Amino acid sequence: MCLAIPGKVLEIESSMGGRIGRVQFGGIVRQVQFTFVPEVRVGDFVMVHVGFAISVVDAEEAERTYQILQSMGLLEAELPPVETL
Amino acid sequence: MKYIDEYRDRDIAQKLVARIASRTRHPWVLMEICGGQTHTIMRYGLDELLPRGIELVHGPGCPVCVTPLEMIDKAVALASRPDVTLVSYGDMLRVPGSQSDLLRVKARGGDIRVVYSPMEAVRIAKANPQRQIVFFAIGFETTAPANAMAVWEAKRLGLSNFSALVSHVIVPPAIRLLLAQPGVRVQGFIAPGHVCTVMGCSEYEELVSEFHVPIVIGGFEPVDLLEAVLMLVEQLENGSAELQNQYVRSVSRSGNVPAQAIMQAVFEVCDRKWRGIGCIAQSGYRLRPEFAAFDAEQLFGLEEGGVEEPAECISALVLQGRKKPPDCAAFGVRCTAENPLGAPMVSAEGACAAYYQYRRHAIVH
Repeated sequence: MCLAIPGKVLEIESSMGGRIGRVQFGGIVRQVQFTFVPEVRVGDFVMVHVGFAISVVDAEEAERTYQILQSMGLLEAELPPVETL
Repeated sequence: MKYIDEYRDRDIAQKLVARIASRTRHPWVLMEICGGQTHTIMRYGLDELLPRGIELVHGPGCPVCVTPLEMIDKAVALASRPDVTLVSYGDMLRVPGSQSDLLRVKARGGDIRVVYSPMEAVRIAKANPQRQIVFFAIGFETTAPANAMAVWEAKRLGLSNFSALVSHVIVPPAIRLLLAQPGVRVQGFIAPGHVCTVMGCSEYEELVSEFHVPIVIGGFEPVDLLEAVLMLVEQLENGSAELQNQYVRSVSRSGNVPAQAIMQAVFEVCDRKWRGIGCIAQSGYRLRPEFAAFDAEQLFGLEEGGVEEPAECISALVLQGRKKPPDCAAFGVRCTAENPLGAPMVSAEGACAAYYQYRRHAIVH
């Protein structure tokens, strides 16, 4: 539950509820809320927990963490397919 | 060194292991708080790479495990109502309540949706105005800002069919409780890196000065945890007690200020019962009075029921680091991942699940 997955910010847009955007986690792209990281820019790497970026991290570190989580089989658990609403 | 080959950072890991061995002169008992860290330790066999004298015990940092039985029963009761859609993180579905679990309710036709983000619960509420959408808001400080944001957003949108069943817990009061117990064995803590990403360092500095115990904020990778162990061993061997931050790439001194702000706007600190541990003063969050309209417990008039854990389950002791999963007579026999007796066998962060999954300790009873 407290895992956070590193991903690369592809785009940022403003919505009524705050800033949102798309983040790439390896081959998967997900919508992420940027409300808690107002400083974020396209190309940054962020740690994402339950759909919210909670910190901006160094790119190299992010890649390393991603590989380890993938090897532990934890990415799927943290990034299930979005349920059709 | 069988597991070390699996590391991407094999060279760094080997150097860290060698350095820990060269610095260790006395036996030390260290506790990692977070269940995610427990899983990394078991997966990579880190405990077996350390010098014999270094014992790692596992802490209560598994939100699914510490969510009280009564709260599971409330979620089961809500999900059983024909007018309610219960929205939950996936880990909660198989956690046993006193009579049933959410997965069984779902199998019987209960409307339960598993989501990745709490904002999906808000979207479900918006799209289904004829139904009552209840979001099961659990988690530590890492998850609290996101869950708070969902409630905030529901209020902003004026949704009258969204509510939250809130069972949030916070880490420092649990560490304080463990340290205040007589005969405490733990001599150093690895603090949870993502909780601290949100909350910053100050609460842990207070614990260090209150109990004169070294604490290192640690990450979740094998190398992170080995480095955190090294930092703790060096402090303990030197007789010092400080807060150190190993997970600097994510944790800043003040933490994530916007995330703290939304938590404080939506939640207030309250006493909270922890499954297996009991009530800990000021150890949880509940909705502030101005968000009472979104409080599922008030909205549906849910009552406290006195319920008991299965007598055989020793999760209370496991969650406090006083026993390890293989010490339990039911472990791997009457309690398995397929048929769990207690929550630590269910959750992806539970200590029992970590031991069971990696099966490095023979199950002999």
